[in-house]
Amino acid sequence: MEILVILVPLALMLGLAGLVAFLWSLRSGQYDDLDGAAWRAIADDEPPQEAPAKR
Amino acid sequence: MHVSRDFSHYVRTAGEGVQHIDLAVEGVHCAGCMAKIERGLSAIPDVTLARVNLTDRRVALEWKAGTLDPARFIDRLEELGYKAYPYETESAEATEVAESRFLLRCLGVAAFATMNVMMLSIPVWSGNVSDMLPEQRDFFHWLSALIALPAAAYAGQPFFRSAWRALSARTTNMDVPISIGVCLALGMSVVETINHAEHAYFDAAIMLLTFLLVGRVLDQNMRRRTRAVAGNLAALKAETAAKFVGPGEISQVPVAAIHPGDIVLLRPGERCAVDGTVIEGRSEIDQSLITGETLYVTAGQGTPVYAGSMNISGTLRVRVSAASEGTLLAEITRLLDNALQARSRYMRLADRASRLYAPVVHATALVTILGWVIAGAGWHDAIVTGVAVLIITCPCALGLAIPTVQTVASGAMFKAGVLLNSGDAIERLAEADHVVFDKTGTLTLPDLEVMNAADIAADIFELAGRLALSSHHPVAAAVAQASDAGSPIVGAVEEAGQGVRAVVDGIEIRLGRPSFCGAETLVSDVTNLDPEASVVAFSKGSEKFILSVRQGLRPDAQAVIAALKARNIGIEILSGDREPAVIAAAHALGIPEWRAGVTPADKIARIEVLKARGMKVLMVGDGMNDAPSLAAAHVSMSPISAAHLSQATADLVFLGRPLAPVVAAIDASRKALHVMRQNLWLAIGYNVLAVPVAISGVVTPLIAAAAMSGSSILVMLNSLRARSASREIV
Repeated sequence: MEILVILVPLALMLGLAGLVAFLWSLRSGQYDDLDGAAWRAIADDEPPQEAPAKR
Repeated sequence: MHVSRDFSHYVRTAGEGVQHIDLAVEGVHCAGCMAKIERGLSAIPDVTLARVNLTDRRVALEWKAGTLDPARFIDRLEELGYKAYPYETESAEATEVAESRFLLRCLGVAAFATMNVMMLSIPVWSGNVSDMLPEQRDFFHWLSALIALPAAAYAGQPFFRSAWRALSARTTNMDVPISIGVCLALGMSVVETINHAEHAYFDAAIMLLTFLLVGRVLDQNMRRRTRAVAGNLAALKAETAAKFVGPGEISQVPVAAIHPGDIVLLRPGERCAVDGTVIEGRSEIDQSLITGETLYVTAGQGTPVYAGSMNISGTLRVRVSAASEGTLLAEITRLLDNALQARSRYMRLADRASRLYAPVVHATALVTILGWVIAGAGWHDAIVTGVAVLIITCPCALGLAIPTVQTVASGAMFKAGVLLNSGDAIERLAEADHVVFDKTGTLTLPDLEVMNAADIAADIFELAGRLALSSHHPVAAAVAQASDAGSPIVGAVEEAGQGVRAVVDGIEIRLGRPSFCGAETLVSDVTNLDPEASVVAFSKGSEKFILSVRQGLRPDAQAVIAALKARNIGIEILSGDREPAVIAAAHALGIPEWRAGVTPADKIARIEVLKARGMKVLMVGDGMNDAPSLAAAHVSMSPISAAHLSQATADLVFLGRPLAPVVAAIDASRKALHVMRQNLWLAIGYNVLAVPVAISGVVTPLIAAAAMSGSSILVMLNSLRARSASREIV
């Protein structure tokens, strides 16, 4: 049963990683437009832009 | 005169050298629109961000500061085929967005904790019937506590706060039993863990929070979507005015940037966006949105004009007075405040349920504890059983019963062209048994129609329509629209207050006042037939024609009235318009009860009389004069063309020309209320089954978890039935 010493923290770490990922996605506005996000996934790629616009 | 558009009011700075503007866009429906707009706008040099939000129907734009004029984006969108308006986030909507993010964060935390505590609970449940060591069980319980306690403290905040607010106001709501249940379950589990007991209820407590948060998030999302649509509407109504920035120079600025004392220009066909006094010019103004009266008022120097009036014939210069100084508006606002206070006394179905629910549950738990003590059990065991009763009766399914139906039903109504302004409107609309209609703009269409188009030869009518394109007069606009005329006649001259004239193939044609066209003799025939219509004459050489123009009834008004009668709903008209106009409409629609020339205060008085008779009144109206009565009624609806104030007051807003959404909304809400009641009974039925088990003291955490999730899923599935409401309505 010593394996628990590794497995339990491991499981908790995985769970926490999921939570952190969720909070990050929420913070970065991924839940602001659920309708649009559904369509963006199947939209065609944008044609290459001459001037890469980064902000 | 030079006219420029000034959007600087809406532009904000977003970081180093970058400016940001939000635009509300009409007609964005699909992925195609989204890609088209984003590509079209990104192609403009120096634009650093162009992103469409399909849920809110808005575009966020950012560009290098000082390089571009925001008007250019609006023009570009116009070229792409979309109408766009600058959008300003209201503080109410910003709060709503922050609130919905907070709820989602709570849900994330609660769901994470539920899954991890479950992962620890299942080994305990199976270990209890096999060979688990007590030390291992304690270890798992302590781990569960470590996860569940902080998670519940965070994710339970929405419930704890609301329960505290209710208790400090000496009332109770659904959140009070929830908070008590969660706290007791967690507290007892900690004590049990310290005592090395077999059962702990960390999983039940945190799972309860997760399910309830799902309900809250759904509820919040519905409200947020409605508010976004309402916010866009405000922007689409383009509250701008032409302000004089120099002696001969005007700039189109948002109303928010106009101050008392400024002078604005009001051109024919424009709706006034401010309160003020005319300082120069003569015209006729249409105040039907404010008073319900369809007869035009003559305005000259010194005439007060109110926001919402439409300028008909001449150009006016208006000096802006303070927004709320107009006696008419002040009066309406005062009535509105009183009526809104009365409205807040309505108790929602959920609150009524919880008012019954909390005492019953708490009494049952108390009786259980005392019962077991009297029956000879120890205090410890008795309290554990009592807490188990609280856990198993915790209103998990009750918390989902109403928000899930509201979400599904509001989606169905959205498709039928009805927007919800408030969540409990569904419950109130379902109870309505008497409908009060306003006439102008509600039973009738807000724009004018040519009534006798069929009597006139098609080529003549088309010629009149082409000539009408050269005029700004609303009557001319109606003629132009009715004739489907496309190309204006070159060289047409408008004579202010008279009409338009032009020469085609050597023959002079004129459209305007009968005297302008020399057709006075024909007028009496038409006005005898239809006293309500405005008359416009058309002459081609020596041929004279008379067109009668009026606000037509909505195309399906008759069918809708019949459908309402078939549903045993009482109908009446309360209008501020003159008696003959109201009689004509009432007669055409077969409505026996009507009142004409009614003031806003009279409308409220009439609604109070109906209320006193025990009727649940649905008020459908659009004018500024209707706003107080909309608020006074049990539930209210407005067409999308309504005055701002009315739209904000109405519980529901319907889109488009037909009146059918009124019936569709009543049907959908009746169905929804039925499903809500069913859900409440399901939840209660589950409690009736589970409580005896809990009282007998044999509930294990496994049973609690299974019962809780089972009932919640059952209620959610049942809610989906509210979707299939779209039967044929009329």
